[in-house]
Amino acid sequence: MPPLNFSLILPLVTLTIWACLLLLLDLFIRSKDITALLAAVGLAVSLGMTISQIGSSGSGFNNMVVLDGFSIFVDALLLAAGLLGVALAHGYLKRTGIERGEYYTLLLFSISGMMLMAQAADLIIVFLALEMLSIPLYVLSAFARPRLESEEAGLKYFLLGAFSTGFVVYGIALVFGATGSTSLSAIVRAAASGSSNGLLLTIGSALILVGLGFKVAAVPFHMWTPDVYQGAPSSVTAFMAAGAKIAGFAALLRVFALAFPSLASNLTPVIAVLSALTMIVGNVIAIAQTNIKRLLAYSSIAHAGYILMAFVPYGQSNVVSTSVAAGLFYLVSYVLTNFGAWAVVIALERSEGRGLEISDYGGLGRKYPALAAAMTVFMLSLTGIPPTLGFVGKFYLFRAAIQGQFYLLAVIGVLTSLISAYYYLRVVVTMYMREGDPQTTSEPWLNITWGLAALLTVIVSLVPQYLFAWASAAVLKLF
Amino acid sequence: MEFILQPLTLLTFFPLLGVLVLLFIPGDKKNILRWTALVTTLITFGISIWVLTLFNASNPDLQLTAQYDWITVAGWNIQYHLGIDGLSILLVLLTTFLTPISILSTWTAVEERVKDFMLFFLLLELGMMGVFLAQDLFLFYIFWEFTLVPMYFLIGIWGGPRRIYAAVKFFLYTMAGSILMLLAILWLGVNQGTFSLPDLIAKGGIDPQTQLWLFIAFAAAFAIKVPMWPLHSWLPDAHVEAPTAGSVILAGVLLKMGTYGFLRFNLTLFPQAAVQAAPVMAVLAVIGIIYGAAVSYAQADIKKLVAYSSVSHLGFVMLGLFALNPQGVSGAILQMINHGLSTGALFLLVGMVYEQTHTREFKVYGGLWKVMPVFGSVFLVVALSSMGLPGLNGFVGEFTILLGAFGSTVLHSPWYASLAALGVILAAVYILYTFQKIFMGPEGSIVEEVKKHGHALRDLNAREIATVVPLLIFIFWIGLYPAPFFHLMAPAVDKLVAGLQTAALAMR
Repeated sequence: MPPLNFSLILPLVTLTIWACLLLLLDLFIRSKDITALLAAVGLAVSLGMTISQIGSSGSGFNNMVVLDGFSIFVDALLLAAGLLGVALAHGYLKRTGIERGEYYTLLLFSISGMMLMAQAADLIIVFLALEMLSIPLYVLSAFARPRLESEEAGLKYFLLGAFSTGFVVYGIALVFGATGSTSLSAIVRAAASGSSNGLLLTIGSALILVGLGFKVAAVPFHMWTPDVYQGAPSSVTAFMAAGAKIAGFAALLRVFALAFPSLASNLTPVIAVLSALTMIVGNVIAIAQTNIKRLLAYSSIAHAGYILMAFVPYGQSNVVSTSVAAGLFYLVSYVLTNFGAWAVVIALERSEGRGLEISDYGGLGRKYPALAAAMTVFMLSLTGIPPTLGFVGKFYLFRAAIQGQFYLLAVIGVLTSLISAYYYLRVVVTMYMREGDPQTTSEPWLNITWGLAALLTVIVSLVPQYLFAWASAAVLKLF
Repeated sequence: MEFILQPLTLLTFFPLLGVLVLLFIPGDKKNILRWTALVTTLITFGISIWVLTLFNASNPDLQLTAQYDWITVAGWNIQYHLGIDGLSILLVLLTTFLTPISILSTWTAVEERVKDFMLFFLLLELGMMGVFLAQDLFLFYIFWEFTLVPMYFLIGIWGGPRRIYAAVKFFLYTMAGSILMLLAILWLGVNQGTFSLPDLIAKGGIDPQTQLWLFIAFAAAFAIKVPMWPLHSWLPDAHVEAPTAGSVILAGVLLKMGTYGFLRFNLTLFPQAAVQAAPVMAVLAVIGIIYGAAVSYAQADIKKLVAYSSVSHLGFVMLGLFALNPQGVSGAILQMINHGLSTGALFLLVGMVYEQTHTREFKVYGGLWKVMPVFGSVFLVVALSSMGLPGLNGFVGEFTILLGAFGSTVLHSPWYASLAALGVILAAVYILYTFQKIFMGPEGSIVEEVKKHGHALRDLNAREIATVVPLLIFIFWIGLYPAPFFHLMAPAVDKLVAGLQTAALAMR
């Protein structure tokens, strides 16, 4: 038996242990502020370890997990998202009367699962990670019990999530049947040597695509998204929209770009259609929304479509590194903007779900100029108008599509961006051009979140080269 | 420091300094806010004059360039690259010249949220300068899209009753065009390996079929901005609803971004496609000239009339550009300036009377010359300039364009010029009709209406005269002695046309 190399998964292990300890400690901690603080410290420590891993790589545990530039990038992003998630939740939970210590523990467990997903080099680990990240999210969605919408959201998410996991497992089983292994590198070898059953492999990988498509909310597997996003507590939604997407895309990128490049001729058209459909359906339905949470839910579906664009060219070896980097870059821009926008939503949300209609944003520009300016930045960034990170992200993504010669997809991408401008602008119109008397909550951590997110969205868009460089160094490695 | 002290960098980003100062002034100190904005734009104008003194008119190439590597990782080759040449110097000066004038026009017109207004106005100036100076496609696109945002707010917050509709329409229409350009920019970046305009021009070698596609993608962005018929429908809405200063900048500068785009990008990057597309573009231009003029005549709202007259005037500019010869192109550039001056002045004047009467319906006006003699005289000069009366600026531009269109070897048909000349006659019809309706005949009902509210219509005050006099000076100057203006652009235009001629020959 080869030695267990824990240094590969040090941040992950640390976070998991920390979460277990926190679960116990929480029993003795009266003030949940301290639980939140401890959770944040755990995330920060893990983030520090992740950063210290930059440059190293390796694989271990019988080739079941890998550490490479890609996983480090994704882990860092996930941990940063976790920190933002804690910052958003802290005041919100108190205000809405659902402050319980488990919230933070569940958050940490979910992030551990997501990190494991980023490092998975074996389909079994993919499945394990998927469950580990999903189950805490189901619970978190229902966290505002006994509020009916929240319970409904939790149950819906759980049922559909379990259903989609079934697809993944079945897909893994078929892939195993086709190639005789669940290890990504063994699958590649089997496919290359021609010893695999091509049909079974294709069906298996397609089923995995379906299952992960559920997680990232790609059309036509998106039905759960609006209801869950709306019903779940806003702080959970903010985290879920970012975290689950990062992990889902990390898994998709790794599994498809590494294990199934030989299936590109079959799967690329499928992914292209999924991507186009997701962009179109998400953006078109978002137009009709009047509730800000549902609007952002459809917006997040639409953005899944844009990110899917990144790995349409996954089979073209000369483009794949660019497009993976573009996908990662876009994830960063989406996570930052998404958290900012949700922070503003949380700032305006009143108890009992009031303050969530777009019309409640009337007069915000006059009454709270800084908050409105930040929200404008987020809306412009989601649309893809410079000078924001969303624009640079789209620029990078469309470049990958053009490099892969998917011109039609790029055209659909820009046209749906135009559609999205309409509904994002509606929020801006309401804030600045309609009258109203909005009520907001000012909490230090919340303010820091939206303030910082807005500043970074603009500033990083002007000096994106460092993030570019890091994203392009985050290559996938196969051992 | 070296970076900041480059003349063009300073020129582009100086308004940002004003923005930073404005942020720290309380919102209720309206006069301090106004003065800060005005002084900022005046200094920016001063910097542009400095740039003019540094400018060497006999050099056809880009000058005073500021060039730094910006994003050069991961296969990107994006530079921070500003430069100025004979094609852009007049437009830069027009922008820095019109901005303080527009700010001056808001002194009493904008009382609500003055701070936000000035912030957006200065940001708009920054964006416009960037558009005219950027020599890297990525940088250009950032400035290009960025100008949308402040203008959207200017229309949407301080505009008329249908401002939200107009603002959103403006934004979506313009974005629809620019995203197609974005794809073309990306194609160039991927396939030619650079976003730098001079490098792309030097590299060339795109096959004619691809050139045509790219030409169309760029043209989509620019034609909407110009706006060319049949993509003009956002313009009347935006103009009617925009506040006066917004209209002045919209007509004076933002529309020129479209024609400038054709000049700077379509004609240089895709010369063969430009030669191929010239007849089509010229037909659209001529339709625009006649359609704009005819529809102007039918308007009941003064501002809407001026808006449609812009469609007509910019048709001339497009016709001149796609004559693809030195007369046509230099006439077009001069006409861009002329239109900025005349139409800008018209919007200012309409705004001045609107501030007192709160209506722009023709039917309530009449006999105003007696009540407001100075206003009447100024309006007459500006109207005649817009109509193309010899001795004033409009004539020089239109005449040169017609000359170019007539002698064009690419269009080689006298019909374009002949039909376009019809537009000049139609312009006389709607302009004289406007003047007659407002200033002659019996006193309109509005004179009594205003009296009822306790104060009679007053003539222009000193501030208002100070706003229009600079425009009048240039209207006469260009009309009587345009040589210095042509002199500034001639070498650059000759170089541009030489490139196009080579392309035309290569296609035979």
